[in-house]
Amino acid sequence: MKTFLTLFAAAAAFGMAPAAFAQAAVPEATSAKPAAPQPVVAAPSAPGSQAPRDAISASSQASPAQPGEVSAAQTGEKAPSSASVLSSSLARTAPSATVGQPTDAWGFQPQVTPIGQEAAWFHNMILMPLILIITVFVLLLMLYVVVRFRRSANPTPSRTTHNTLLEVLWTLLPVLILVAIAVPSIRLLAHQYSPPKADLTLKVTGNQWYWTYSYPDFGDFEIVSNMLSKDEAQRRGEPRMLAVDERVVVPVGATVKVIVTSADVLHSWGVPAFWVKMDAVPGRLNETWFKTDRPGVYYGQCFELCGARHAYMPIAVEVVPAAQFAAWVASKGGTMPGSPQRTSGDETATSPITNPGAAAAQPAPGTGPTPTGGASGATETTPTPTNITPGTAKSAVSTQGASESKRGSN
Amino acid sequence: MTDTTANAQHFHTHDEHGAAHHDADHKPAFFARWFMSTNHKDIGTLYLIFAIFAGIIGGTISAIMRAELASPGMDILPGLAGGDMDAANHMWNVLITAHGLIMVFFMVMPAMIGGFGNWFVPIMIGAPDMAFPRMNNVSFWLIIPAFLLLMGSAFVPGGTGNGAGTGWTLYAPLSTSGSSGPAVDMAIFSLHLAGASSILGAINFITTIFNMRAPGMTLHKMPLFVWSVLVTAFLLLLSLPVLAGAITMLLTDRNFGTHFFDASGGGDPILYQHLFWFFGHPEVYIMILPGFGMISQVIATFSRKPVFGYLGMAYAMVAIGVIGFVVWAHHMFTVGMDVNTKMYFTAATMVIAVPTGIKIFSWIATMWGGSISFQTPMMWALGFIFMFTVGGVTGVVLANGGIDNNVHDTYYVVAHFHYVLSLGAVFALFAGWYYWFPKMFGRMYSEVLGQLHFWTFFIGVNILFFPMHFLGMQGMQRRVPDYADAYAYWNHIASAGFVLVAVGMAFFFLSIIWAFVAGKKAPGNPWGEGATTLEWTLSSPPPFHQFETLPKVD
Repeated sequence: MKTFLTLFAAAAAFGMAPAAFAQAAVPEATSAKPAAPQPVVAAPSAPGSQAPRDAISASSQASPAQPGEVSAAQTGEKAPSSASVLSSSLARTAPSATVGQPTDAWGFQPQVTPIGQEAAWFHNMILMPLILIITVFVLLLMLYVVVRFRRSANPTPSRTTHNTLLEVLWTLLPVLILVAIAVPSIRLLAHQYSPPKADLTLKVTGNQWYWTYSYPDFGDFEIVSNMLSKDEAQRRGEPRMLAVDERVVVPVGATVKVIVTSADVLHSWGVPAFWVKMDAVPGRLNETWFKTDRPGVYYGQCFELCGARHAYMPIAVEVVPAAQFAAWVASKGGTMPGSPQRTSGDETATSPITNPGAAAAQPAPGTGPTPTGGASGATETTPTPTNITPGTAKSAVSTQGASESKRGSN
Repeated sequence: MTDTTANAQHFHTHDEHGAAHHDADHKPAFFARWFMSTNHKDIGTLYLIFAIFAGIIGGTISAIMRAELASPGMDILPGLAGGDMDAANHMWNVLITAHGLIMVFFMVMPAMIGGFGNWFVPIMIGAPDMAFPRMNNVSFWLIIPAFLLLMGSAFVPGGTGNGAGTGWTLYAPLSTSGSSGPAVDMAIFSLHLAGASSILGAINFITTIFNMRAPGMTLHKMPLFVWSVLVTAFLLLLSLPVLAGAITMLLTDRNFGTHFFDASGGGDPILYQHLFWFFGHPEVYIMILPGFGMISQVIATFSRKPVFGYLGMAYAMVAIGVIGFVVWAHHMFTVGMDVNTKMYFTAATMVIAVPTGIKIFSWIATMWGGSISFQTPMMWALGFIFMFTVGGVTGVVLANGGIDNNVHDTYYVVAHFHYVLSLGAVFALFAGWYYWFPKMFGRMYSEVLGQLHFWTFFIGVNILFFPMHFLGMQGMQRRVPDYADAYAYWNHIASAGFVLVAVGMAFFFLSIIWAFVAGKKAPGNPWGEGATTLEWTLSSPPPFHQFETLPKVD
């Protein structure tokens, strides 16, 4: 009981002051970064004729591609890596063989988000050595015992049944070890729930058996993401069971607030390389977030049993330079946030990441989307799932992520 | 079977019962004995036979699953489902659901509590039978229709195809609006009956242990196996009503227009998960605690030493039982939980490692200084300690809500719970089986076959389940019949491991057949001076009614 109280007190203490740990954790997280941002593998290097075909099909769907390209050209130098900005801006990024998709290696997928790097560091540098030491210790003890005290070596057993010191030790030592684990563990949780100010909101809806994504900050357009067939995935040089027809695209370096919900049964939106997983629950708007500085394609799957085709609703997140993102938004019929004068006091709209083409994009007063600034704003601009009444949805909105993030930044 | 009536003067001696043969048991005839039984030993035997039968079905389902997963693509199920891909995918979900429910409710629980608990709790406390022998019979005969309902559900519509494809957790809304047809209703009724059976059994055990101990058998002198069953019975009694309530709410959501778990009517699917795991987490300790008790008996017997730190061992189990009730939401770390809630459940879950560590170290300390022999039960016990340690440390990893975020609902979790159940609970069951086989059936098993069974099974399960850690860390999600090609390598290895496990099980069945055909007659105490509990003072098998004169415990 004492143990329990100690740990709980520790948890409460960290819960109330996560900001202090946030400061402390940053150097660890960066020093443990498993993979430095790699150069983008962009469409021109993709094999064969894929890129042009994809570009054509993308632009044929959406006529207003022209403004996007203009803005891309004008803001190209603002992008983190100008080499990765394509002239067409609409070609599909080819996936990396080692980052963003599973391999048969031991250990986690290379992490590309700060949270993922911190978590992987915690696992690889603290938990893994610890559990290895404990396991090897128990194994060695057992081997020693079975050799030393086998019947032929020790025919007369001792009658020892108590050793108070030993019993106290093997109770207290694990307690200390667990408290030591609890510190980085609780800190990691605090960080996961203290996102930076969101640059854009992505609404993810699970359906049997596909994902739909909408972008409330960019005209609330929606894309439907279905798994590619085996042949089609092969033709595009993408992994079977992971490739999708319409990837969800986000700008590099942006803090993406992800609002997850479901239109039917439970699903779970998870991308292993981001260390992100959030259940999609009908009637709830769950919130999580990710931020990556590395452009590329990152695959995930549905992680909650959702019926017959649970295995066939993969996720593909394409992280692209800002200009390419703007072009993509335009190609999908979305609009980049409007005029600069509407942005006073609104971080989202002034952010160079989400608003690279602010000057170039045609302002559309009245019809343009309202960019979201705070954590709670997004939940109100997102439409409710179709199968629930508005009243229910409002009462069931899960605001804990938002409120916790505010508490965390105090 | 040869029967021996034990009488009072025998209780303080060993090995003297073989001579005293006379037929004074008045056993009922076959039908009355096995179908209307009130004898705890016969009911225990029935439970064990049932558990083995259910285990064969659950294991066969594993074989189909591992065959399907052996290589990427849908290889086996479309053939079984008549070529329709949706039906094949639904069949996969039916298989994983059935595998989970069968192994939990119809294999491990009946074997541990119904089988070994019924057989040895009364004997170990010096009681003639259970407190409510007729209720004991009701407990057993409820589990048969429960099993038939679950089996039958596979042949009626359950949504996309036949059978309940919701996973053993029956999460709403997939189990309500997501699965039309009677299959899920039948699965729910099956759990109702199995739950009622377990609640009756729990009442019976608690009453028996509190009221029917022989003179001098204080609570602090009870064998640890009895302690483990006592704690388990309390967990059953307190957790199963919650499950019964939750699945009844599922039933009314499905059939009578309620909206407990339906957001469109003001309900909440997450409420179901809280209710389910309030039962579900104690349930995992229900499956392992009697195993802890059996391992303690086996380790002490074959080390010829009393259990080290008896009180610590007993109260560690009590602590595990108590803490087991306040950690349930670590199964739900990704549902969108409040950060403080997540921190609490992270910390509380890690606390369980402390009493578990006490048990592991106390088992090793029991062996320390002992005179250890390595007969089959001891091999299973040693395997248990190490494998449970491996499953335990991955549990500590999973307890961290921030880490669980990535491995939640992946094969890492599958690996973890198979290490504590398939290599924990099942190893304990086999340890108990070989330990008590001579006592229950009056025949010695074949040591050669027993050792072969242990080694093939031990190596097999490790090849089968260890690679799943790698799959999970790479992000392979649970409950899928097909997977990305990158997961092919370790899945192939795992399926190869299953073949070895199947060979191990062949040795198990061979050893049973061998024992009944050619096994030597077992003495009252085949294990020598280390076996100190009361069952070894009786003949093998024990008389039909033991302890007609109560033994006195010093």
